[in-house]
Amino acid sequence: MKDFLLIFRSPEHAGPAASPEEMQANLKLWMDWFGSIAAQNKLSDRGNRLAHDGKVVRPNQVITDGPYTEIKESIGGYIGVKAESLEEAATMASTCPVLLDGGNVEVREIAI
Amino acid sequence: MNEPDLIPHLFRTEYRKITAVLSKRFGLEHIEIAQDIASDTFLQASETWGIKGLPENPTAWLYAVAKNKAKDYLKRNTLFNEKIAQQITYELNGVENSGSEIDIDLSDRNITDSQLQMMFAICHPSIPAESQIGLSLNILCSFGVNEIAAAFLTNKETINKRLFRAREKLRSNHVKIEFPEASEIQNRLENVLTTLYLLFNEGYYASGCDVTLRKDVCLEAVRLTNLLLESKLTSQPPVYALLALMCFHASRFEARTDSEGETVLYEDQDERLWDENLIRQGEHFLNQSSSGNTLSKYHLEARIAYFHTIKNDTKEKWESILQLYNQLLIIEYSPMAALNRTYSLSKANGKEIAIKEAEKLNLTSHHLYHALLGELYTGIDNEKAVNHFKTSLDLTNSKADRKVIVKKLSALGY
Repeated sequence: MKDFLLIFRSPEHAGPAASPEEMQANLKLWMDWFGSIAAQNKLSDRGNRLAHDGKVVRPNQVITDGPYTEIKESIGGYIGVKAESLEEAATMASTCPVLLDGGNVEVREIAI
Repeated sequence: MNEPDLIPHLFRTEYRKITAVLSKRFGLEHIEIAQDIASDTFLQASETWGIKGLPENPTAWLYAVAKNKAKDYLKRNTLFNEKIAQQITYELNGVENSGSEIDIDLSDRNITDSQLQMMFAICHPSIPAESQIGLSLNILCSFGVNEIAAAFLTNKETINKRLFRAREKLRSNHVKIEFPEASEIQNRLENVLTTLYLLFNEGYYASGCDVTLRKDVCLEAVRLTNLLLESKLTSQPPVYALLALMCFHASRFEARTDSEGETVLYEDQDERLWDENLIRQGEHFLNQSSSGNTLSKYHLEARIAYFHTIKNDTKEKWESILQLYNQLLIIEYSPMAALNRTYSLSKANGKEIAIKEAEKLNLTSHHLYHALLGELYTGIDNEKAVNHFKTSLDLTNSKADRKVIVKKLSALGY
């Protein structure tokens, strides 16, 4: 088994905020997805959600709000999983709820 | 209380208290002496009370006799230490070398503290889990070697050896009967809770041994968990949660075995046999457990057990159970939780989804994995269901599980 990092990216939303019911339904999707990985004993790191606001620091004292000026999506969080191969890890990521929302998952093996 | 029941009853309740206090006083390395004195005390009671009749306050009588026996022992020992073996230096706290005033503190406070400290000693991380349960039954619950052997479905010799090795371990690791340092209490308390949890499960799930004995083991686990609530140091939210869990499970004790001692499955149980009182107590402890900001696995398991006290099958109930299993697995993986999560997934989201998830579990050598798939395929693909039930039958050693699977197979025409 190797360790992989799954990094979730979602697009910037300009639309109206989700209703509590939608949020609840979304939470269930995420929890069922997490539960599915954990039930296979393949969740190695519960990971973290990242807060929305951020700053990007560049050389010469250039500090800007968020990474959003160039790319229209931001990293929302990450988890660690165990898998035999990059392909298996990618299959696990293929059912991630972030995909339903126009987001994507970057799958990277953690180098030893 | 009838006279014939009095000594067994007192033995159950007082033997362990006397042992705990004396062991703490003598040091854990002399626990056999403490147990001998406690046994002698009861022997003397049975002889004296038979001739002279019952004393006014039997418990106080026992304490007084135990105290005198302990003092005699300490005096002899002090003499021995002074004159013969001055090198031997185990500590007799507060005992003057002259042996003038020896105090044995059998106050309620010290009895409770000694028992709690004994629990921490037995649940020391250096002692293997199996031995911890055996020692707990022996020292904290006053179970005899025969009873422990019956509960573990093994023989007396095995238990004797196991207890002997465990005591050696306590000695060689210099485990002391004391509360752990404040900075260590969280970790050590976790160990204690694990042992109590296993002790309860031993009684609840062990199949084949006597039902009354199993119930006794469960009740002892409840009693010891309750004891943890008596000290500020240990009355923490996970303890309340574990106690709630035990109450909810124990509430079904009468309903889960029939008059022949056969297991009755949850869905076939007569809920009028569920113990309402224990359910209420469980709810009370569950409420108490919700202070603080730690979410232990006991919190999650207690809430799952709470939902099982509601017989009505609704999608909402199973959705709640599913989410609790999701959280439980994220905190700590176990094959049973993975299987139960998949079962609740079938109830909440449907069998097709659950089958897909079940086939990812990688538990093909577990008989309950095949029992689950048999259950999920029933009504969808009966041929596959039969195959899984048959595999499950081949893999299981449990008589009770075998009966259940055979029943399921015959319902499918086999």
